Amino acid sequence: MILYEQSPALLVVIPLLSAFAINIFGLYNRRLCFPIAFLALAATLGAATMTLARVLQAGPISYRLGGWPPPFGIEYVIDHLNGLVLVTIAFVSFLAVIFAKLSVEKELPDKIPQFYTLFVLLVTGLLGMTATGDAFNLYVLLEIAALTGYALIALGDNRALVASFNYVILGTIGASFYLLGVGHLYIMTGSLNMGDLLTILPGLYATRAIFVAFLLVLCGVWLKMAFFPLHTWLPNAYTYAPSAVGCLVAPLVTKVSVYIMIRVMLSVFSSHYVFEVLALTGPIVWLAVAAIIFGSIQALAQDNLKKMLTYLIVAEVGYMVGGVWLATGYGISGAILHIVNDALMTFCLFVFAGIVTYKTGGHMLSDLQGLYRKMPVTMTGFTVVALSMIGVPPTAGFFSKWYLILGAIEAGSYHFMVALLVSSLVNAILFFRIIEITFFEPKMDHHTGHAPEITINEAPFSMLMPLLVVALGLIIIGIYSGTIVTNIIQHSVPGGLL
Amino acid sequence: METIISIKPLLAVLVSLVAVGPIVASGSRPNMREAWTFLAGIIKFGLVVSMVPLVLRGNVLEYTLVEVLPGLAIQFRVDPMGMLFALVSSSLWIVTSAYSIGYMRGLDEHSQTRYFSFFAVALSATIGVAFSANLFTMYLFYEMLSLATYPLVTHHQDDEARFSGRKYLGFILGTSIGFVLPAMLMTYFAAGTLDFAHQGIMTGLFSKSTMTVLLLMFVFGFAKAGIMPFHAWLPAAMVAPTPVSALLHAVAVVKVGVFSIFRVLTGIFGTNLLLSLNLGTLLCYIAAFTILTASLIALSQDGLKRRLAFSTIGQLSYIVLGASLLSPKALTGGLVHIAMHAFGKITLFMCAGAIFVATGKKYISEMVGIGKRMPVTMTAFLVGSLSVIGLPPTGGFISKWFLVLGTLEADQIVMLVVLLGSSLLNAAYFLPIVYRAFFCTPEESMFEAKVQEAPPWCVVPLVVTAICSIGLFFYPQPFFDLASLAVQIIVGG
Amino acid sequence: MEYLVSHYNYWVYILLMMVGLYAMLAKNNLIKKVIGMSIFQTAIIVFYVSTGAKREASIPIIAHGHGHDAAHTVIEAAHYANPLPHVLMLTAIVVSVGTLGVALAICLGIYRRYKTLEEDEIQEQLHDSL
Repeated sequence: MILYEQSPALLVVIPLLSAFAINIFGLYNRRLCFPIAFLALAATLGAATMTLARVLQAGPISYRLGGWPPPFGIEYVIDHLNGLVLVTIAFVSFLAVIFAKLSVEKELPDKIPQFYTLFVLLVTGLLGMTATGDAFNLYVLLEIAALTGYALIALGDNRALVASFNYVILGTIGASFYLLGVGHLYIMTGSLNMGDLLTILPGLYATRAIFVAFLLVLCGVWLKMAFFPLHTWLPNAYTYAPSAVGCLVAPLVTKVSVYIMIRVMLSVFSSHYVFEVLALTGPIVWLAVAAIIFGSIQALAQDNLKKMLTYLIVAEVGYMVGGVWLATGYGISGAILHIVNDALMTFCLFVFAGIVTYKTGGHMLSDLQGLYRKMPVTMTGFTVVALSMIGVPPTAGFFSKWYLILGAIEAGSYHFMVALLVSSLVNAILFFRIIEITFFEPKMDHHTGHAPEITINEAPFSMLMPLLVVALGLIIIGIYSGTIVTNIIQHSVPGGLL
Repeated sequence: METIISIKPLLAVLVSLVAVGPIVASGSRPNMREAWTFLAGIIKFGLVVSMVPLVLRGNVLEYTLVEVLPGLAIQFRVDPMGMLFALVSSSLWIVTSAYSIGYMRGLDEHSQTRYFSFFAVALSATIGVAFSANLFTMYLFYEMLSLATYPLVTHHQDDEARFSGRKYLGFILGTSIGFVLPAMLMTYFAAGTLDFAHQGIMTGLFSKSTMTVLLLMFVFGFAKAGIMPFHAWLPAAMVAPTPVSALLHAVAVVKVGVFSIFRVLTGIFGTNLLLSLNLGTLLCYIAAFTILTASLIALSQDGLKRRLAFSTIGQLSYIVLGASLLSPKALTGGLVHIAMHAFGKITLFMCAGAIFVATGKKYISEMVGIGKRMPVTMTAFLVGSLSVIGLPPTGGFISKWFLVLGTLEADQIVMLVVLLGSSLLNAAYFLPIVYRAFFCTPEESMFEAKVQEAPPWCVVPLVVTAICSIGLFFYPQPFFDLASLAVQIIVGG
Repeated sequence: MEYLVSHYNYWVYILLMMVGLYAMLAKNNLIKKVIGMSIFQTAIIVFYVSTGAKREASIPIIAHGHGHDAAHTVIEAAHYANPLPHVLMLTAIVVSVGTLGVALAICLGIYRRYKTLEEDEIQEQLHDSL
């Protein structure tokens, strides 16, 4: 059936067209925006799932836009790796838009059509980046996602404008580096198609131009994913963005950039070149260790809930980059699994922060006082996510750490293992500090009678549902980690490393 | 030896988890809520008991829940060692639930629904540890127990509870993530599996120094076993309501710790490997240090619960010592002590709680002459003390007897001296309490002479466990049989 | 010397890039930063386009011929400049213009709020408001 055949393209086309629809219809009636966005993202989720199912059944799909054969035409290549990431993006963005409804009405009441338009465009960019098999097409979609991201973040109040400006400057540098790197590749090989490059490049591995191309692309992508020490734009940008924006950008943008790094490393330059010809694995793993430690320590120092979460993102990116550069089967599997897990965990955490802002208007840790009594269901969801961040079985976070640590043992990089364990312990401190604040209340008389009645003032359903669905998902994905790794992720790990 | 596939182990674990729903739902009707706890406890105990005959005949019940990672599944296996522990926990849960009713209602404590719910979850995790077939499953339930007991330890939600809670989680979570997790992963990486096997899975995989490091990581990593220097959480956790201290810290949480060490020593490393590398002696000395130091510190404590806490730390290391001696009699003694100490210690804790409910006293110096006022409680206290010291006619004597024989069998005379010396210390910090309670002049006594016990829901359970402690001396089956069978499998087979 | 002259297009773009980068990072005024960003991106565009140029090549449009005629004409690729970089850079120019637009819109917002476009003054205002 046509939809089935066209699902790779539909992934990008549906949100793109819906952006126009939202903008146009939004002029007439603001209340149409949310339903259009909701339906579009639901359809996209369906298309993404269908695509992944196709890949699992029949192997990688190659979809030619317009029917033009590569390397002349632009090709979308969906294999196991990006099939998985596509479903993750679609799933998280679908739940994010559900969360966004009430949040946006409260925080950005006069910018609703603009918000949803930008939202859906951002999703388009992310999906396109993931699906494409063409290096330049990736740049275009990268910039689509980036520009919409800048605009969305700037919608926030307070310091959001300055934060977004910094993000614009640094993000453009990153994207430009990427473009420059692709330019080098084009000059040397005459092709922009990823698969094509894979076959042409081996003859050129010894040249300096290819080495520079790789470094430029790598640095560009590192800037986009906020890998230490190129992370400076992230904390402010994500803290001061509106809650609904945080729920979309925080889980996805950095993870997609990690995906791009993996894609470029394995499918363009080949693992042989990246791990063996270049002797960079050691220093980069040390950088990853620094990222993890730095992120964890900075998170400890924060009073602002959202800022704490952003520094945790910096640490988590360290996990993934380190995992990939361990150059072992377990390490790469762990990093890919962590892309999915971290997207889900970060989403839950930002939804939690959004709920707190919505209900209490505050965003500092001290505003969480007594939340355990007022919002028990929210706190249950939060506890599950906290356990996943700490790495307690059977939640998903434990299993990505399992693979990453095994990868570290396999590679003999014990410093990476120690960094991961330290990070788990720091996360335990961070999250139990929050749980303490919400659980323990000051000056309550316990031994003489019951506690004063505190009415339950739970979050609205449309905000609670995404949190709980993903929290449950973390447990389910955790238990089925083995299945996911064996059936999906293993196909993406280069043969020599398994 | 036949392996039977049966869903009973899973059901035994799940019963109390499932009961949480009804417990929460009937939160406003206390009697109904407590009824659910009892029902779950009885069903759980029934399930466990129903598996005993099969296990005693040498069978093993297995159930695989789900394969989580390639080669690793959440898997249950009921063998004699696990069965012993499960029997102890499930039977004592019923007793403690009854006691909880008396205690919590007697003090009109808040948040009782939360209390009973997390108690149920904690028991689920305990049975999960008992029936784990591999190290991964055991780690999963070990962590679940740590988290489920946090709300119980910090029940009072005041500043003291907050800081004790931090200490509790800090030690327990910190060691399990910092030591056990990497050790487990390194073992998995080298061995390809984490199943508890007959003589372990580590033979020939690592050099001696790496083995030693891994062994120490496991032993110190299971901080619930209270081995020094990671013992400080135990006295800190005494801020919890006494029934929590009673079951969890005298029976469930701490026994999970020593049980895990037992499992790792016998099922991951294997006694032969440890003997050949001479690692048993190292562990013996670590255990001995804890035994003696804890007993000495107990002498100096005036808080009754704190004294009991340090006594527990010492007693736990008896079990570890039994495992470390690596000889059949010592292993048997260690395993049986899990049961004997449980019954003895829980009696002592329940007495402490009863005293607090009836008189509000927490300090031993304030308990002069209390025997006249609470004779039943203090007699039970005497029985419990005798069991922990290891004197007949209480069950504790049997386990201590075997431990002593084990030291001779293993040719560790130093350990024999340690055992006997610590028994003297035990007597030194228990018997004076009983003496001052009963034998003092009417002027010295701080209480009136009339009898005024704690409520019946408090007193009956502690009498039951005291009687059991005596009964176990005469009829140590089935604990003794299970232990012997387990040791047979470990050493021979 | 030979090296400089033969690859002069690369040296031009490197110079432009460095100027742009310097402006983005070191200048205080936000508009100057945005100008730097623009220069940076333009440098890259120049780089790409320059790679498509050939000596004595003409623009990549086939000389007007009727359908059947065109089929007989042999097209010598060497006579035409490479059209692909041009096409790619059209896209990149659009992207750069878009980025410029967003950046300027944000600057406008900042000016409205902080009444200045100097970064140090803005930082001061931010610190004061803490």
